Amino acid sequence: MAKRKDIKSILIIGAGPIIIGQACEFDYSGAQACKALKEEGYRVILVNSNPATIMTDPELADATYIEPIQWQVVSRIIEKENPDAILPTMGGQTALNCALDLDKHGVLKKFNVELIGASKESIDKAEDRQKFKEAMERIGLASARSVIAHSIEEAIQVQDGIGYPSIIRPSFTMGGSGGGIAYNKEEFLAICERGLDASPTNELLIEESLLGWKEYEMEVVRDSKDNCIIICSIENLDPMGVHTGDSITVAPAQTLTDKEYQIMRTASIDVLREIGVNTGGSNVQFSINPEDGRMVVIEMNPRVSRSSALASKATGFPIAKIAAKLAVGFTLDELKNDITGGQTPASFEPTIDYVVTKIPRFAFEKFPQADSRLTTQMKSVGEVMSIGRTFQESFQKALRGLETDADGLVEYSNNIDEIIKELREPGPNRIWFVGDAFRSGLSINDVFKHSKIDPWFLYQINDLILTEQEIKNFSISSLNAEHIFNIKRKGFSDSRIAHLMGCMEEEVRNYRHSINLHPVYKRVDTCAAEFETKTAYLYSTYEETCESNPSNNKKVIIIGGGPNRIGQGIEFDYCCVHASLALRESGFETIMINCNPETVSTDYDISNRLYFDPVTLEDVLEIVHKEKPWGVIVQYGGQTPLKLAKGLAEHNVPIIGTLPDDIDAAEDRERFQKILVDLNLRQPPNKTARTPEEAIMHAEDIGYPLVVRPSYVLGGRAMEIVHEQSDLERYMREAVKVSNDSPVLLDRFLNDALEIDVDAISDGVDIVIGGIMEHIEQAGVHSGDSACSLPPYSLSKEVQKEIIIQTKKMAKALNVIGLMNVQFAVQGKNIFVLEVNPRASRTVPFVSKAIGRPLAKIAANCMAGKTLAQQNMVKEITPPFFSVKEAVFPFIKFPGVDPILGPEMKSTGEVMGVGKTFAEAFIKSQLGSSVILPKGGKAFLSVRKEDHLKVLDIAVSLKNLGFKLVATKGTAKAIKNHGLKVEAVNKVAEGRPHVVDMIKNDEIDFIVNITEDKRAIADSYEIRRNALQNKVTYYTTIAGARAACVGMNYGEELDVASLQSLHKISS
Amino acid sequence: MPAILVLADGTKFRGYSIGIEGNVSGEVVFNTAMTGYQEILTDPSYTEQLVTLTYPHIGNTGINSEDSESHKIFAKGLIIRDLPIIESNFRSTLSLANFLVSEKIIAIAGIDTRQLTKHIRTYGAQPGCIAAGIFDEKDIAQNANKFPGLSGMDLAKVVSTDKEYLFSEGEWALGSGYEDIKKTSYNVVAYDYGVKKNILRMLASRGCRVNVVPANMPANKVLALNPDGIFLSNGPGDPEPCDYAIKNIQTLINEKLPIFGICLGHQLLGLASHAKTHKMKFGHHGANHPVQDLETGKVFITSQNHGFAVDEKTLPDNLKATHRSLFDGSLQGISRIDSPAFSFQGHPEASPGPTEMSYLFDKFINMMIKAKKK
Repeated sequence: MAKRKDIKSILIIGAGPIIIGQACEFDYSGAQACKALKEEGYRVILVNSNPATIMTDPELADATYIEPIQWQVVSRIIEKENPDAILPTMGGQTALNCALDLDKHGVLKKFNVELIGASKESIDKAEDRQKFKEAMERIGLASARSVIAHSIEEAIQVQDGIGYPSIIRPSFTMGGSGGGIAYNKEEFLAICERGLDASPTNELLIEESLLGWKEYEMEVVRDSKDNCIIICSIENLDPMGVHTGDSITVAPAQTLTDKEYQIMRTASIDVLREIGVNTGGSNVQFSINPEDGRMVVIEMNPRVSRSSALASKATGFPIAKIAAKLAVGFTLDELKNDITGGQTPASFEPTIDYVVTKIPRFAFEKFPQADSRLTTQMKSVGEVMSIGRTFQESFQKALRGLETDADGLVEYSNNIDEIIKELREPGPNRIWFVGDAFRSGLSINDVFKHSKIDPWFLYQINDLILTEQEIKNFSISSLNAEHIFNIKRKGFSDSRIAHLMGCMEEEVRNYRHSINLHPVYKRVDTCAAEFETKTAYLYSTYEETCESNPSNNKKVIIIGGGPNRIGQGIEFDYCCVHASLALRESGFETIMINCNPETVSTDYDISNRLYFDPVTLEDVLEIVHKEKPWGVIVQYGGQTPLKLAKGLAEHNVPIIGTLPDDIDAAEDRERFQKILVDLNLRQPPNKTARTPEEAIMHAEDIGYPLVVRPSYVLGGRAMEIVHEQSDLERYMREAVKVSNDSPVLLDRFLNDALEIDVDAISDGVDIVIGGIMEHIEQAGVHSGDSACSLPPYSLSKEVQKEIIIQTKKMAKALNVIGLMNVQFAVQGKNIFVLEVNPRASRTVPFVSKAIGRPLAKIAANCMAGKTLAQQNMVKEITPPFFSVKEAVFPFIKFPGVDPILGPEMKSTGEVMGVGKTFAEAFIKSQLGSSVILPKGGKAFLSVRKEDHLKVLDIAVSLKNLGFKLVATKGTAKAIKNHGLKVEAVNKVAEGRPHVVDMIKNDEIDFIVNITEDKRAIADSYEIRRNALQNKVTYYTTIAGARAACVGMNYGEELDVASLQSLHKISS
Repeated sequence: MPAILVLADGTKFRGYSIGIEGNVSGEVVFNTAMTGYQEILTDPSYTEQLVTLTYPHIGNTGINSEDSESHKIFAKGLIIRDLPIIESNFRSTLSLANFLVSEKIIAIAGIDTRQLTKHIRTYGAQPGCIAAGIFDEKDIAQNANKFPGLSGMDLAKVVSTDKEYLFSEGEWALGSGYEDIKKTSYNVVAYDYGVKKNILRMLASRGCRVNVVPANMPANKVLALNPDGIFLSNGPGDPEPCDYAIKNIQTLINEKLPIFGICLGHQLLGLASHAKTHKMKFGHHGANHPVQDLETGKVFITSQNHGFAVDEKTLPDNLKATHRSLFDGSLQGISRIDSPAFSFQGHPEASPGPTEMSYLFDKFINMMIKAKKK
């Protein structure tokens, strides 16, 4: 069957903001789908609320809607665009659920739109736990023993037959959201309650525990002619009990014989047939009893997933692209395998001649109250993938690619009790404790007994520890070529070898280079070298022959951002992709270095060449050595490449754009201060303290409240606002270790200041403002966590003008070439410079989408020598509509964590809302981040004393909106004095019934809760946590609440508009 | 213990030994299957071949008592990137290294097998010599050159069974092992040109009483066994010199008996029908090859292991092409239009590889049912 001609236009639903369990992989899949369908001549309509995606670049679709992914909104898009079909399998669980909603509410029928890529029936069958189980029974596949429950009572009743520990899995959720493992009744009740809540169908699967069994995944693609292929098999190093997303996984499967592998292969294809996945990619998860090989099916996803992104990067087979083409009628044999230059068809199974390791990256340091034990609910925020010719090499490359200050199997503990505990109850660092276990003399058997990690892996890790002991006995002078070759072959980094030998990394590297030992680069070609490939998708390894074949073209290397983490995510990948695309257009050969399998930047066709390698100094230097680029871009991948800038510069690597020394001038407190003084610009009063005593002394000079933080941090790590000396003393005692080398920075905190973000571009001569964003939350909330509006919604024109002048001054002084981001605080007419970052910022994609000019592309061309004028970027664009960016948080995944905003960044992603007015844009931004502004009911207010006046206009607005007011005593009094009717209610500490009782009883619809100092925060924690748990809309800042009132006041129905039409009116 | 692989063109790869000491020459071929090394090593079709596996870790699951395709290792030598420190699988009873030693196989690990594969891809399959222990590199290079190559080499006769025997073991299932077949409905004579056990098992499981006979058993003797169908097995070497087999097959075709051939058996059916075969540059060896059924258009992922092929351009009028490789368009299946005889170039019995071509065995059974009805 060939391409369908009966459909002309297709709506692709994206995945929305980056959240735990749903990350950049859906930008990868969505972007591929857009390209694939456009290539075939379809009119592509796209909806995604996430502006930081490549897929929402206006060139990728014919009509791009950055709108909330919510059926009512999507319905309006359908009405406007009239698509013939919807492809819902590219946007994760969000898109599938939205498609089901559209069907449920009759939208598909009303507008005669067809679902392609998946049917309602197949989605239901795969996602509904009971139906899935029955389906598996029909095809003779075993499932874990399990029962279904729809209420707590039912859950208690049916649990009897399962026993403890039992696994709880809510239906229709992603990333195991709301699920968990219960070892006792107390835990069981807690998880069931949470799970029933999380499941949109209030359904739970309670399952026998297969803890300790081996876990596998198969990535399958099927076409309408029933041609089925397995793209990749994946074996989890972490056995059952840890969510796949949180597990270290390895491809291909290592410990299956062919007979067992074929059973799994056949079973996975049977599953797709039975579930009715007629076209597209799916993944099927299996568990195997290591004792006797008994195999059970765990679950399947009838759509592309995080694992398909991994499988695509692991094999070079573009699953999403192929799945999109299959959805419109092509069959596998009609499609070509791009990587072999079309010599072979897509209807084959990739075979690989290397080992792929994926290791998740966690962010528990951001959520100290969170339970860091890994369970069936996903908790990681990113991942790194690496490729090596052996497991050891691949594994160690992945460890260093994680960028968690571990350049290998570094030592964590020598406390045997702690080690055993970590082996038995896995946390984020279990793999390093495995190393420690061997160092401490535990046998492989012991480690197996505690961890149930397959001995195959344990022997490999044990061997690495033994090799480390050998390395310790060497010194540079006693090493010979054979030793170092064998050590490097096992994946040891220069820095780890240096650490073990007690010398400098540079010495190891110099020795290695003195004997001309460099890694070689092999190609990922889907076929284990059976066919020739021209595709330069490369990885480093220590072997005999190099296949890199670099050209003599003028080339630019773009260094990517590595694994996603809080503070550094998809926005930076977006910038890297843009740099590559722009410079390719300008005639350069572009080379990407990155190790994040979820991203678009690691698609092999984005750059001319892709090196899938860790982003460390060693790995980058080797690639530079091989490629000899004309220029290297370090300012796009976030802190990761920036941290390398100095080292690269020392090795004469030609960094283009703002010079490393100027970057340092912006980051170094004292150098930067001097520049500001010279420019006559203001900073909040600040000092640097190297001892606690010094801090207290400085604090008195500057005056409280203060923002305190360790120097050199990313995403506001350990940043706090302190109000009095005792606070500061506690901070110095508990939060940081202050020393000469790691001083603490003290800044005067500016009360009630507006925070402003500015993105600008400079070609070295001219400077153009990309956008001025007014934060909605006041200064003090991390900029990555605040909502912001472009253009500013309350900032005066004069102040804006002054901000532009100041930005330009600083760009000049720092000799910026490329992008620059500045954060200002504005108190009345006073403007303070908070921070300057001469690099791509998190807001670049948002600004680009809002103003309709690709800032990252323009800036990349500036770095490569083009002027702004040549690119027709001569003046600031102020769009005639509002764009509001809102942050999205992972609090729901971390029970026990306070969802309050502060100077430390906690959000994982963002959405954008666009509207004719600020109010409309704001509502959409809230809707996009799943915050539904209520239409009335009861509003609860509890604010600090100093906010008693400021809360009054909010109270009036709420009243006018028809809310009944409830407040804690102090706040109630202030409101009553203002002449409004309000009901006083107890704080939690004041005795029952209190406000949390009301929240739990669903009596509260809207919450404004402002607290500040440690104690008050602790007292009101229950309010916020319960609001979150009970899905009550809440705001923890006056500004946020005020904006919400403006939003709720917006009476009209929400309109939808495509980016293309918006950009037309602004240009 | 050091080891070396030297190709006939002088290319050298240095590694270490994972088998016994000594040296051995053969044709160097690569196989891209990621699983199934036990099946591959014990497949008689690898006679006189030094096989390199492209997946780097070989030996992960050890060796078990169930997965061998014959009674011994037939591959002449093994070339791999890495022998893992330990095997791990619930069925494993022996490590690969111990298996190689007990079977007296010379094998090398630690070499850049990807480079070797690229070399073979570029310059074609060629003779090579592996040496382990103490050796003179010049001698090894000469040994490599002395190996005559497989063209014109009749190996079927060499590996075939001496005397006929009945085979009654059925297919393998997890947990229960091999089925013991007691009840049979069809009398099948299987010519053993180097047969893989799983073929016989799949026949047995489908109700065949399988009488395995030597490669050179004359047709009249076969007919005397009163077969319902004839099976032509896989096997090593060049099909062209097997004139005895070709002649016997011609006789059996004329008897209008259902005939099913696999691999070498397929090539022999082609030759018996006056098509021609040729040696391929480096053949097909892997478990991921797409083959299209020309009748239905459906694509199957197949297991492949052949260095010779029937040339589609030479098919006479009484042979039609039934399957084609989507990798290189080469002929993968043929069927006589004047007689119930058909054959497949790849390996529908899998072992190792995907099992989705098993319908060809069912087709053979259906042919026998139809013939019996007549």
